[in-house]
Amino acid sequence: MDTFLQQLPVVVNALNSGFVQTLKLFSVTLLGAFPLGLIIAFGSLSKIKAISLTTTFIIWIIRGTPLMIQLLIVYYFPGLVLHSPIWGGGEQGRFLAASIAFIINYACYFSEIYRGGILSVPVGQNEAGLVLGMTKKQIFFNVTLLQMIKRIVPPISNEIITLVKDTALARIIALQEVIWAGQAFMKGSHGISGAIWPLFFTAFYYLIFNGIVTVLLGRLERKLDYFR
Amino acid sequence: MPILEVKDLRKTFGRIEVLKGIDFSLEHGEALSVIGSSGSGKTTLLRCLNFLERPDSGSIAVKGEVLLDCADPSTLRESQIRRKRLHFGLVFQQFNLFPQYTALDNVMLAPRLLAKENNTWDTVRHKVHDEAVELFRQIGLSDRMNNYPHQLSGGQQQRVAIARALIMHPDILCFDEPTSALDPELTGEVLRVIRGLSEQDTTMIIVTHEMEFARDVADKVIFMDGGRICEQGDPREVFSNPKEERTKQFLSRYSHS
Repeated sequence: MDTFLQQLPVVVNALNSGFVQTLKLFSVTLLGAFPLGLIIAFGSLSKIKAISLTTTFIIWIIRGTPLMIQLLIVYYFPGLVLHSPIWGGGEQGRFLAASIAFIINYACYFSEIYRGGILSVPVGQNEAGLVLGMTKKQIFFNVTLLQMIKRIVPPISNEIITLVKDTALARIIALQEVIWAGQAFMKGSHGISGAIWPLFFTAFYYLIFNGIVTVLLGRLERKLDYFR
Repeated sequence: MPILEVKDLRKTFGRIEVLKGIDFSLEHGEALSVIGSSGSGKTTLLRCLNFLERPDSGSIAVKGEVLLDCADPSTLRESQIRRKRLHFGLVFQQFNLFPQYTALDNVMLAPRLLAKENNTWDTVRHKVHDEAVELFRQIGLSDRMNNYPHQLSGGQQQRVAIARALIMHPDILCFDEPTSALDPELTGEVLRVIRGLSEQDTTMIIVTHEMEFARDVADKVIFMDGGRICEQGDPREVFSNPKEERTKQFLSRYSHS
């Protein structure tokens, strides 16, 4: 027990800095994937066959293969196959590679949710805007968008909660996120070795953060309850 | 000069010819009712006038300006359609109010966006607001301006939709079965508003199944059958003394009910 109490502050400190990296990857992924997903959704809804087919094909590839493989490809392909290691060897390069893989992966999942959301807004809304002389762009931003957001909050919430936990996959390219930090205490880190409890302890970080995310998304959902 | 002149309008969906050559004209201040059974092409006609469908052939002219002539590609440009649309207003069967805006904001949205584009919103905002408020008085909903659509009855929603169309000052206001989605108890309030508009010399085209209303309010009636105008003329004449066998048949179903 004594050793546990001695180890605790050291472990928490290390896990905290690991979790900062987790949060950074989480935020960057959302910031990138929200808009990119919309562009992909428009692509898959395009009336131009070449665009919609290409987009559908890309979505199939990204959703049909494990994110872990995508991480490995993004990180190692430039260096090992193209012989131009664009990411460098440092933590910054790993973070950049992880961000790109996560953004592309999540944008594809979001795009399908957006697509469903856009299609679920009745055509009458679009026609009402048109006959009032609005442009397509004005209709999208002033009429369709909020109705779409209201409909996609529940499925997007699901994806966001999954993303919190998926960030752990980035340790496959040695990104020093919270699980990586926890695992380090098994091999030896900060003078502690052979300890497995820090790894188990990381679960609390995810649990608490997902609790906060759930409350916030629930609030957003209630906020949009003012219309039907 | 007629305010609206439609010539030889034709429209085919796939293999089905929905409009088989429609010709009619309308004078300023006239109310036209279009009657006919479902599938006779009434709604498609309104949708063509509002540029929601592109006809395969024919022409539409408003106040002498040819808005659309299928034989003249220069009139078919997408970039101009938006301006041309504003000659017409359309009130839908299903109201199609924007659910996330209050009744007042529903009415003010389109003029606001247009003014913002032209950078005149700051100068016209009070005028637009006052006009919207006046329209709400006219439709009898001054006390419901700040309600959201789902807080209003169908009849109230449809009256807001009429105000929303009116604020754009269309030359011709079209109604696509404006009371068909309403309980019989609620149709009266909507018809009263439309009747009021006709008394103010609003040029209107009303597609309706309310025969009594079509007869009383309209200056002119068109009976459509199978994509053609079967009979048109003065409503008292057409209703009391139809010339075509098909019109007689159609009207008899209503007079017995």
